[in-house]
Amino acid sequence: MTNSSSPDGVMLTERPSGRSVTTGARARMSPRRRSEITWALIFATPAILGFVLLKAMPILFSLYISMTDWSAVGDAHWVGLDNFEKMLFADPLFWRSLQVTAYYTLVSVPVSMAFAFFLATLLNQRIPGLGIFRTIFYIPSIVPIIASTVIWLWMFNPDFGLFNSVLGAVGIPKLQYIFSEDQVVPSLVFMSIWGVGPMMIIFLAGLQEVPKELYEAADIDGSNAWHKLVHITLPMMTPTILFNLMISMVAAFQTFVQPFIMTNGGPNNGSLFFVFWIYRKAFQDSQMGYASALAWALFIIISVLSYLIFRTSNKWVFYRGGDD
Amino acid sequence: MSAMENDTSIGDSLVRNTPGVNKRRLAFLLCVLLSIAMILPLAWLARSSLMEMGQIFIFPPEWIPNPFAWHNYPDALTTIPFFLYLWNSALVVVPTIVGTLFSSSLAAYAFARLNWPFRDQIFAVLMATLMLPYVITLIPTFLIWSGLGFVDTYVPLIVPHWLGTNVFYIFLLRQFFKALPKELDEAAIIDGAHIVQVFWYIVLPLSRPALLVVAILSGLGAWNDFVDPLVYINSSEKYTVALGLSQFVGLYTSQWSLLMAAATVVIIPVIIVFFFTQRYFMTSITMTGLKG
Repeated sequence: MTNSSSPDGVMLTERPSGRSVTTGARARMSPRRRSEITWALIFATPAILGFVLLKAMPILFSLYISMTDWSAVGDAHWVGLDNFEKMLFADPLFWRSLQVTAYYTLVSVPVSMAFAFFLATLLNQRIPGLGIFRTIFYIPSIVPIIASTVIWLWMFNPDFGLFNSVLGAVGIPKLQYIFSEDQVVPSLVFMSIWGVGPMMIIFLAGLQEVPKELYEAADIDGSNAWHKLVHITLPMMTPTILFNLMISMVAAFQTFVQPFIMTNGGPNNGSLFFVFWIYRKAFQDSQMGYASALAWALFIIISVLSYLIFRTSNKWVFYRGGDD
Repeated sequence: MSAMENDTSIGDSLVRNTPGVNKRRLAFLLCVLLSIAMILPLAWLARSSLMEMGQIFIFPPEWIPNPFAWHNYPDALTTIPFFLYLWNSALVVVPTIVGTLFSSSLAAYAFARLNWPFRDQIFAVLMATLMLPYVITLIPTFLIWSGLGFVDTYVPLIVPHWLGTNVFYIFLLRQFFKALPKELDEAAIIDGAHIVQVFWYIVLPLSRPALLVVAILSGLGAWNDFVDPLVYINSSEKYTVALGLSQFVGLYTSQWSLLMAAATVVIIPVIIVFFFTQRYFMTSITMTGLKG
């Protein structure tokens, strides 16, 4: 029975009833569907609660604290944007810590990425003992940060440490490493390349995804190894490079344990990393308001940098179509 | 003839003295040298941990302890109350593992295999928190726990894991659950199984490798964690191993051999776990890189 053949009355009665059936199905779902939603919500409740109580609420709370002079005890007084003003115009150590952190990030990120990429390329060759080499290259990154800072503190020791004894053997005068204002950041960069294991594994996985046919085609065209690296490997690896760049940039900006354990921010604030400065303000000077403002400054800097990297990424990241 | 280096045919490995073979020899040599370089700090650690005070301060340094000062280990473990710290770490690590498995497997199941309103939007919001710098929540979270009177207890170290705050583990399990054949659930549901039964009797048993990865990573994370214990734990009798070792640095900086012995003891459990579970480790890292 079609609508055109039926009289108006029938159409009118049929249409609304048809509609009410579908809306009814939405309003009173089948028991199975309702139970699915109920149980999904029950299952997701801990995670959603965690997000609300331990992420969303603290973020809003932090924004509020950053506009007060709260010291964790006593009352908080609203000071508006005073903390941010103080940071920009009256706190030379804010600029100092920003400079130290930016310097470290700017050097350690490219250096450790290049080293990780190099290690991954070596592990992508067909040579004996690959599994053993992979394990050895990876192990330093599983060493607990507290233990690795202790080891490096001892290796950097100017009088009895490993590095100066090696340099001494070839007649180079002793360096001061982390005990010198100029050498402390380069020394920590050197230390950071010891832990490139995870980045190396991600690069290695990326290298193994590059289609072999591309190299075979290049071989037929007579390309040399350098051409293949620049025109095949690097373009195909750009998504992986972008991922590692983001992760290591965010991590470098949050460096804390090295200055805390090894240098106490010194010498002469030469390793006053931003997060270490926040920690001092919050937990040693009890300036919760000012420390929260600093944390927001860091959050804004990291967000802007991530945004800029993403914005420029469509110019240099090459995505293979239809693969994922 | 550099054509050889990426050739996948087995035959060319039999060809000798071509540039490809030389290149592979060079790669092998570099791997050996770099392996030595990467191991050097750990060798330096082991060597220093077994030396008498007199020998450790000889310049130029010697590599072989003479005599082997094995007593550094019992000395270090009694100078700091190591076994107390070990017990404290266990009190944090075990509930962290259980809580992470609990909260992230439940959430991952809801996000991977159940249909509910705003599911994907909520998941996207949770994932966005991975980009959040930890300091931004550290101060307010500390003030909240402090207001509730939980500072100097393990509550602030454990409870967040029961609430799935490390979204990475939810993501990891969700990836795994999504890859299981959907027909398994559907068949079980048609046979009258409840969603909870499907989760418990079908999805979880099939996901043992992924659950193991989450257990290992969250356990190591809690064992290595330094910042949270530093912020929340005040009494020295409640220190975890990582925090205890950091205090040792300040107090006994001149006693390098004891410090190195203590550091070795902190590293050894991690290395042991790593050796037994290496395969899972590597897989979980590549999952973050390729599918994130």
